[in-house]
Amino acid sequence: MKRAISRTEFLFIAITAFIVIVLLPALNAEGIISNFHLNLWGKYLCYSVLAISVDLLWGYTGLLSLGQALFFSLGGYMFGMYLMLVAGPFGQFAQSGQNPNGLPDFMVFLGHTVLPSFWRPFASFSFSTLMVVALPGLLALGFGYLAFRSRIKGVYFSILTQALTYGAALMFFSNDTVMGGNNGFTDFRYILGVDVRSASTQRWLFIASAVLLLGVYMLCKWLTGTKFGLVQRAVRDSETRVLFSGYAAANYKLFVFVLSSLIAALGGALYVPQVGIINPSEMTTEKSLEAVVWCAVGGRGTLVGPIVGAIGVNALKSWATRNCPDYWSFILGTIFILMVLFVPKGIVGGINDCSAWFTKWKKGREPDSTILEEITEPAASPSQS
Amino acid sequence: MIIESQLKQRPFILAAEGVNKSFAGFQAIRDLSFYMDEGELRTVIGPNGAGKTTFLDLITGRTKPDTGTIEFDAKHELSRMNEYEIYRLGIGRKFQTPTVYTDHTVFENLLMSLEGSRGVFASLFSKVNGQQKDRIHDILKTINLSEKAEWKAGALAHGQKQWLEIGMLLAQNARLLLVDEPAAGMTDEETHRTGELLLSLAGKHSIIVIEHDMVFIRQIAAGRKVTVLHQGSVLCEGAVEAVQSNEKVIEVYLGRKHAH
Repeated sequence: MKRAISRTEFLFIAITAFIVIVLLPALNAEGIISNFHLNLWGKYLCYSVLAISVDLLWGYTGLLSLGQALFFSLGGYMFGMYLMLVAGPFGQFAQSGQNPNGLPDFMVFLGHTVLPSFWRPFASFSFSTLMVVALPGLLALGFGYLAFRSRIKGVYFSILTQALTYGAALMFFSNDTVMGGNNGFTDFRYILGVDVRSASTQRWLFIASAVLLLGVYMLCKWLTGTKFGLVQRAVRDSETRVLFSGYAAANYKLFVFVLSSLIAALGGALYVPQVGIINPSEMTTEKSLEAVVWCAVGGRGTLVGPIVGAIGVNALKSWATRNCPDYWSFILGTIFILMVLFVPKGIVGGINDCSAWFTKWKKGREPDSTILEEITEPAASPSQS
Repeated sequence: MIIESQLKQRPFILAAEGVNKSFAGFQAIRDLSFYMDEGELRTVIGPNGAGKTTFLDLITGRTKPDTGTIEFDAKHELSRMNEYEIYRLGIGRKFQTPTVYTDHTVFENLLMSLEGSRGVFASLFSKVNGQQKDRIHDILKTINLSEKAEWKAGALAHGQKQWLEIGMLLAQNARLLLVDEPAAGMTDEETHRTGELLLSLAGKHSIIVIEHDMVFIRQIAAGRKVTVLHQGSVLCEGAVEAVQSNEKVIEVYLGRKHAH
């Protein structure tokens, strides 16, 4: 438990935060950075938040959850419900007079005439925002409690989270759930009375994503520096020993699981208004696995790693899908295999290893000075055995 | 006879009665009864497969007995509790193969073991105070690892890991220490120092030591009771000399190692 942040690190974070939170949006407002690119980067920031939530579980606690995309999408869906209700009266059915109650378009399409009761409170922005954290949080609490109490570990935990994600995706695919079916939610129009697709709203959403990422980063930075962080990493390395040190490992795991579900959900809630769509394909296991790959490539067990991985892999993806769309999966697969083979600790872990090795090498290269010191030193004191 | 008179005087720190445990048909513990006084240093010996480590597993909640009771301090029935609840009663364990947190520093290993709250929320806001630091530095001195406080525990030599794990027991300040083969992988000098450390703790703590090293056993068990386990039950109990000259013991255990 050393001091959480060194001076250089603080400076680095402050400069990066300034560039992302202030400089980039300002350049966008001046028209130097296109709306398209700012929007794209806003998406990457949300992915980075998701990647940190995966890393908090996998890299720091040893829990490989394949359900993080579910919590990410749930956050998005909860916020999307608000956006859908606001958009309803402006949809095509309402314009043609077929939708007097101003329902979201997909409901009219499915033959609904009145709003299902569970949808009603979502007309309130604050209720939706509350549900963004409440629903994923409660789901994680219930699921985690049962899984950790039964001491489900390792690959069994991964399989179980995968099953949870798959089950939820099926539920959201069904039209009977009245959550938009396989089309999900789209055609958002207003958020708090302003056009959600306008450049200035998108800029504010970008800023919000950047602030969220900074907050999540600082929270995790603090958390991993506390005694909680010590226990968390001990659970990862030797869970049995943790029990024999008197810690209820299940409680620690449950805390981390709920916390990272909340983090993922917040990321998802900001992601949806920026990409303008959320559907059940976002909560499949493949999406969770993608986030795991970002972590692995960037460097798990570090906090910068997931951000580097999420931005790096997604930037490459959007480049590749524009220039050579047929080869994208091969490129990702090759990168992943090469990383696992040659840089198992990821980009950030690899850099850390290299710099440690370099310092050692530098020390080894300067034996002359130390020998000289030894020679010039007075005869070694005999008391030192 | 002695046992019965003691029973009336004061409660045992540990009393196991009629304990049985089998794994997939193999009877690891067979109708075991074991009594121990507070402050006692008891050495448990026995050939491989005698059930020594299983016995510690049963006490610490790692496995549950099929039948029988294990009572701690005449109040707590251990077979109904889980690992961390048992730990919180004040029962600490050093494993046979040193089990330390390899990715944590030596200092952090001790900090995690230090007595005090184990709750999730307490851990978020707990700060290391000066008193705790002093305590850890005292322990580091005792276990001869002061210079290595900032080393990762995984980088320590085998014998040093053993010492660190003993240090973790000290940090816990447990009432009952269960020490499984502390001398394994240590030099003769280190072994002797381990023995001295355990002897200095006896009286203040109750200690069960499992060992094979006869020189070490003679050092720590001189004038004390030794229990011999064989095929999951107590073969005999008594002073180290008496045990060593017991014919049954020589036959099952010492006879193979020492041709007395």
